[in-house]
Amino acid sequence: MSEASGREDDVGGVPSPRRDAAAPGGGTRPTGEPRVLISGRDLHKTYDDGRVRVLDGVSLEVRAGEVVALWGASGSGKSTLLHLLGGLDVADAGELTVCGLDPRNETHRLELRRRHLGFVFQLHNLIPDLTVEENLRVPALAVGAGAAATQARVRELAQSVGLDHRLSHRIQDISGGERQRAAICRALMNSPRLLLADEPTGSLDEVTGDTVFGLLRQLAKERGVTVVLATHERRFAEQCDRQLRVRQGRIEGS
Amino acid sequence: MRFLSLVFVNLRRHKLRALIGVAGISFGVAAMLTILAIVNGAIGMFERILAVDSHYLVFERNVSDLFFSSVTEEQVAALRKLPQVALAQPLLFGIVSSPGHPIVTCFGLEADNPRLVKAKWRAGRPQDFGRIPDGIWLGARAAEFLAATAGQKISIGRGEFTVAGVFSTENGFEDGGVFLPLPAAQAFFHREGLASIVAIQLRDETSGAAFAAAVHAAHPGLIALENREFNQSYTQFQILHFTAWAVGICAFLLGGLGVANTMLLSVFSRIREIAVLRVCGFSSAQVIALIFGEAAAIALAGLIVGFALGGVALAALGHAPQFQGYVQAIISPVMVSGIIVTALFTAVAGAIYPARFAATIQPAEALRYE
Repeated sequence: MSEASGREDDVGGVPSPRRDAAAPGGGTRPTGEPRVLISGRDLHKTYDDGRVRVLDGVSLEVRAGEVVALWGASGSGKSTLLHLLGGLDVADAGELTVCGLDPRNETHRLELRRRHLGFVFQLHNLIPDLTVEENLRVPALAVGAGAAATQARVRELAQSVGLDHRLSHRIQDISGGERQRAAICRALMNSPRLLLADEPTGSLDEVTGDTVFGLLRQLAKERGVTVVLATHERRFAEQCDRQLRVRQGRIEGS
Repeated sequence: MRFLSLVFVNLRRHKLRALIGVAGISFGVAAMLTILAIVNGAIGMFERILAVDSHYLVFERNVSDLFFSSVTEEQVAALRKLPQVALAQPLLFGIVSSPGHPIVTCFGLEADNPRLVKAKWRAGRPQDFGRIPDGIWLGARAAEFLAATAGQKISIGRGEFTVAGVFSTENGFEDGGVFLPLPAAQAFFHREGLASIVAIQLRDETSGAAFAAAVHAAHPGLIALENREFNQSYTQFQILHFTAWAVGICAFLLGGLGVANTMLLSVFSRIREIAVLRVCGFSSAQVIALIFGEAAAIALAGLIVGFALGGVALAALGHAPQFQGYVQAIISPVMVSGIIVTALFTAVAGAIYPARFAATIQPAEALRYE
């Protein structure tokens, strides 16, 4: 944490939103939150030995506390951009800083995933055969959090999304909406500052999708978590603080 | 290390796959335990035959098998005259056949051999050993499988003998053999005046080095070894030991391949899941530790089941009519440690490739394509 904190100081900070006291992973959030949480400049990404150009000079900035939508059609590059932001993939060119850390650096990437980021995927990506509670514990296991703190955090998060009665249920025994709510809880387990959500409502029906999106937005605001949301649905994008329109590997207007 | 709790969760989730891995290791453990215990037991029995009331063994130098060793009567007499020697017992080993039993070990010994006095006599008397014309004495188990009783005539090789006595010892190997007075055995095997070995009892155990030196000086064609030295250096024992370990390790290699296969399947079927673990903050080292942890847990379970299976197999062999009294398994701490180390090593080695593969899974690719 010390290395990351040092880098964050370099970025410059503003008064921080409150960090969840019950977070099992780290407990304390730096007192100074950087004004700019994500800073990307001229990001390029290609696949298939350069034959498929997915991102073509994307630049963006996301400030602490914002809920930002990456809005665009399927194949526009928004998921790839989200993967770069989360250190799941590395840009071919360009500069990127997330929470004051460099996602190209393996150590920083691990630190990002453990302490600063939470992911929510379209297909929830919960581990089958495990219970909801066991799935929620996974990020806490990665950072070696204490049992009592983890237990308290699991209860608190599950309660906040109305899943406390489902904790002992296996993933395959709960509904799609409940799975996505569990995925949101897992993403928030270590009290990240940034939540990256890749089409979190994409596999849900309209009503459930609305519920999950509302929940995501509410939790983010309540807990001071910055959200970057990739979606192809305009109605969700319009409810965010800011929309970044992604088209053919570029952010329009950037 | 709390993340290792996922090891047991994963094994629980994939019970059948885990059980296959456990079965592979447990069969290896059981095979190794059974083979080594029986071989150790067999060697132990042979050692006890040689070591009855003796400190040193004298036999022909550089023979590959004691059955081919020749110590002459003159040499035996000379050994008896050495000041360090309290008792010298010549023994002649041979293989005889009987209808339906092509291989029966035959011991030729003198009437005052201590093993005759120590044995439990079921028929006949020790003091009559060697005094009954054409007499043959049977170990208890040999009497059973030859279906012979005292006073009965039996065919051994081309000769016919009268069963003059039946006795049992604590040694299954001896119990399965037949005994002849030394001169009769020498005549039967056409080895007049020869013994295979001479078991030496010293007057003073500390005089062993002087005795061995005296033998070497007076009889360069013979070698005198302490029982312990003999057990460690006798080629046949070494071959038996080596064969047992080789067979056991082969069994383990199969078990190791089973674990490798299990772990590989486990990793391949969980590529997306491992990617999710990485996204949730698991490091490469933690993923590797998970895979090795699963392999080690499989090995531990395999060890427990394998030792239990091996124990049951040994007990069953010990009670099988065909092996009655002959299988006297010996399980040593070294053997158990060796099996444990081999099982863990095999399982961990089998998990190396799957673990490396798991550590190189790129989350973005795994989540994008699967």
